[in-house]
Amino acid sequence: MLQYFLKRLLSLGLSLVAASVVIFLALEVVPGDPAAYMLGVNAQEDTLNALREQLGLNGTILQRYLSWAGGLLVGDFGTSYTYRTPVSELIGERLWVSLPLALYALTLSTLIAFPAGIWAASRRGSYADAGVMGVTQLGVAIPNFWFAMLMVLVFAINLRWFSAGGFPGWEDGFFAGMKALTLPAIALALPQASILTRVMRSSLLDTLGEDFIRSARAKGLTRGQAMWRHALRNALIPVLTIMGLQFSFLLAGAIIIENVFFLPGLGRLVFQAISSRDLIVVESVVMLLVFAVIVVNFAVDLAYALVDPRLRRRR
Amino acid sequence: MSLLHINRLSLSIHGSTILKDVSLKVGAGRILGVIGESGSGKSMTAFSVLQLLPNGSACSGDISLSDKDILACSEEELCSLRGKEVGMVFQEPMTALNPLQTIGAQVAETILIHENVPKAEALARAAEALRRAELPQDRFPLSRYPHELSGGQRQRVVIAMAIALRPKLLIADEPTTALDVTTQAQILDLLKRLVAEDGMGLMLISHDLAVVADLADDLVIMRRGEVVESGPAAHLFRNMQHPYSRALLEASGHVPVKSARTTSAPLLQVRNVVREYASHSHGWWGQTTRFRAVDDVSFEIRKGESLGLVGESGCGKSTLTRAILGLEETQGGDILFDGEPVVVHHHANREVRRRMQVVFQDPYGSFNPRWRVDRLITEPYHLLDSPPQGSERREAIAEALESVGLTADDAGKYIHEFSGGQRQRIAIARALIIKPDLIVLDEAVSALDVSVRAQVLDLLADLGGRFGLTYLFISHDLSVVRSITERVLVMKSGKIVEEGPTEAVFDNPKDAYTKQLVDAAPVLPADVA
Repeated sequence: MLQYFLKRLLSLGLSLVAASVVIFLALEVVPGDPAAYMLGVNAQEDTLNALREQLGLNGTILQRYLSWAGGLLVGDFGTSYTYRTPVSELIGERLWVSLPLALYALTLSTLIAFPAGIWAASRRGSYADAGVMGVTQLGVAIPNFWFAMLMVLVFAINLRWFSAGGFPGWEDGFFAGMKALTLPAIALALPQASILTRVMRSSLLDTLGEDFIRSARAKGLTRGQAMWRHALRNALIPVLTIMGLQFSFLLAGAIIIENVFFLPGLGRLVFQAISSRDLIVVESVVMLLVFAVIVVNFAVDLAYALVDPRLRRRR
Repeated sequence: MSLLHINRLSLSIHGSTILKDVSLKVGAGRILGVIGESGSGKSMTAFSVLQLLPNGSACSGDISLSDKDILACSEEELCSLRGKEVGMVFQEPMTALNPLQTIGAQVAETILIHENVPKAEALARAAEALRRAELPQDRFPLSRYPHELSGGQRQRVVIAMAIALRPKLLIADEPTTALDVTTQAQILDLLKRLVAEDGMGLMLISHDLAVVADLADDLVIMRRGEVVESGPAAHLFRNMQHPYSRALLEASGHVPVKSARTTSAPLLQVRNVVREYASHSHGWWGQTTRFRAVDDVSFEIRKGESLGLVGESGCGKSTLTRAILGLEETQGGDILFDGEPVVVHHHANREVRRRMQVVFQDPYGSFNPRWRVDRLITEPYHLLDSPPQGSERREAIAEALESVGLTADDAGKYIHEFSGGQRQRIAIARALIIKPDLIVLDEAVSALDVSVRAQVLDLLADLGGRFGLTYLFISHDLSVVRSITERVLVMKSGKIVEEGPTEAVFDNPKDAYTKQLVDAAPVLPADVA
């Protein structure tokens, strides 16, 4: 188990190095001068030079990579060109919105998907099953920004339970913050929960058809006992995979929802940085998101090993 | 008074009749063999006893277990019977255990579900049950997971689960079909011993008459959901009345008529072949150890010969087959087909490849279900530089199908429209279509029922004579190899341990391992009708 852990950790480190090289090279390979691109056509030569210096565009490619990657390691992401503040501060602020939002949405989607998936699988072919399948079909199909606007209309404008957008900050207390994140989290969780429910259901149905479930029934377990004791954990592997993918997506993919609700999150930061050609911020946020995806995958790998003894031994 | 009494049991699933008026009895301490081919309803009879039937099943008739009317029991009552009064062992030991739980937990669960005892006591009793199933604690601690055990050992765990509470009745549904012959003999011995020790009744279901013949006190022969004949085993084997029973008996000992046409010219020469794998890595940076799957093997197949290759799973027969077909490179030695190497420049030699074809075991998995038969059987055409087109192609398809006993019209059908035996005929037609010299039959009849198997063996013998084919017949089933081959190789741990004319090797084995194999193989009583 320790060996499995350390090997995964090694692969995590290597993935990070590889990702940083790719992101760095992407800026290098892009034709033209990044500084000129950022400053537009009317830039003065001395401003361009200053920005080149700031972007670390002077020196050999290896020197530039090492100074950039070295900066990342100590939390120095450079200074945003448009905001004129260190990128690490910008990201730090935004992360305190995006990360809780992603966790909130993932928790909601898991809390919906597990019971719904198990319920549908245990009543396969019934009206309940058909109902769950129908609703999740709809949940996958509805665009989440449309659903978000619908919720704003109902809960914020008509019922006035929630505010229509914005984020008060955590200074106003945990519940005020969570309240502001509730509608966006629901909007994000809906399609995720629908997909996860379907994965849970089909994975559980596959497992229920396995021979060892018949063995368990022959021992005297009821249908329900066989499902809880034997099927559920076996059905978890594909579900964990999807959850890992979803979490990475929630962290990075909330751009539209953050815009709908005017949330100062990472998605909105990237969106604004791209519009204002602030490559330093774009580069840093992309690196951070890649980092998050890789770490989440690492966590999912560890979860596999916890669930399945066969994996603890392998490689 | 019998322990289990099934009287005029009928079963339908979603309206289609599966069982019709099945009656049988199992007495305490007696072994009832239930024999039938696939689709005969023998497994469904067993599942009816536990009422573990698919949705949409309707039973009528009478099943009584120690005077309890099973069909009148509630689901709750049935749950308390299952595992306690009736234990069950299934065919597939590889998948019958939960891969995520230790064997100890799974055996103990039988006890915990029925008796209100502390977990420690349940585990102690589980250890005892495993010991009775010949998995002693010092070598197979409770903390083992199923994937750490072999197929035979897993079947012992399933048996331990079934007998942990000393049930009155044990139902074993093809318990040894998926196992090697020596393991099969051990498991059958174990079942016999447990029946004697506990005075259990055993309902032993099998498609193989020989497996049951040694063991059973009574026999029931089933076909298409009905019992065709039943009675005490010793009597029944000598006085079979029903034509189906007789046909079954005949088919299981069937020997096709072989025409001697072996020449002295070698077709395939295998010389000092070594095939190694890098096996599991150990230690930190994965120092790999090398595993020799095929270890310095040499033999020849002569033109027109039928050569058998027998051995248990993991002995290297499949690896050797892949090497012969040029699918994998060897690490040493040569494989020459008619003097030409099978692998040239790291690729299979097409010149040679088009003269060899292979038929695999699984008649269900080896065809693309979305292709029609004409496309399926012309797949080997990719080995030809200019495959036949148009009418020439149609004629070749018709000829191949007709030579295996199908019709030209079958070319337009899909594979799901055929039975297992017909599918294997199509697989043979696919092998024949480019008129090869050598056909490798890798467990080609192992998945077939005895009567179908007999037909396919006849077909192979007939085709061999007609087209001058050479066969390499790979199987773990000694009786099949004995009936169709002239010469046999016995393989163990990657080496050929014995070689010689089939009859001589089987009648008078020289090597200790061959002796063990021959002794373990179940045989029909010599004095049968």
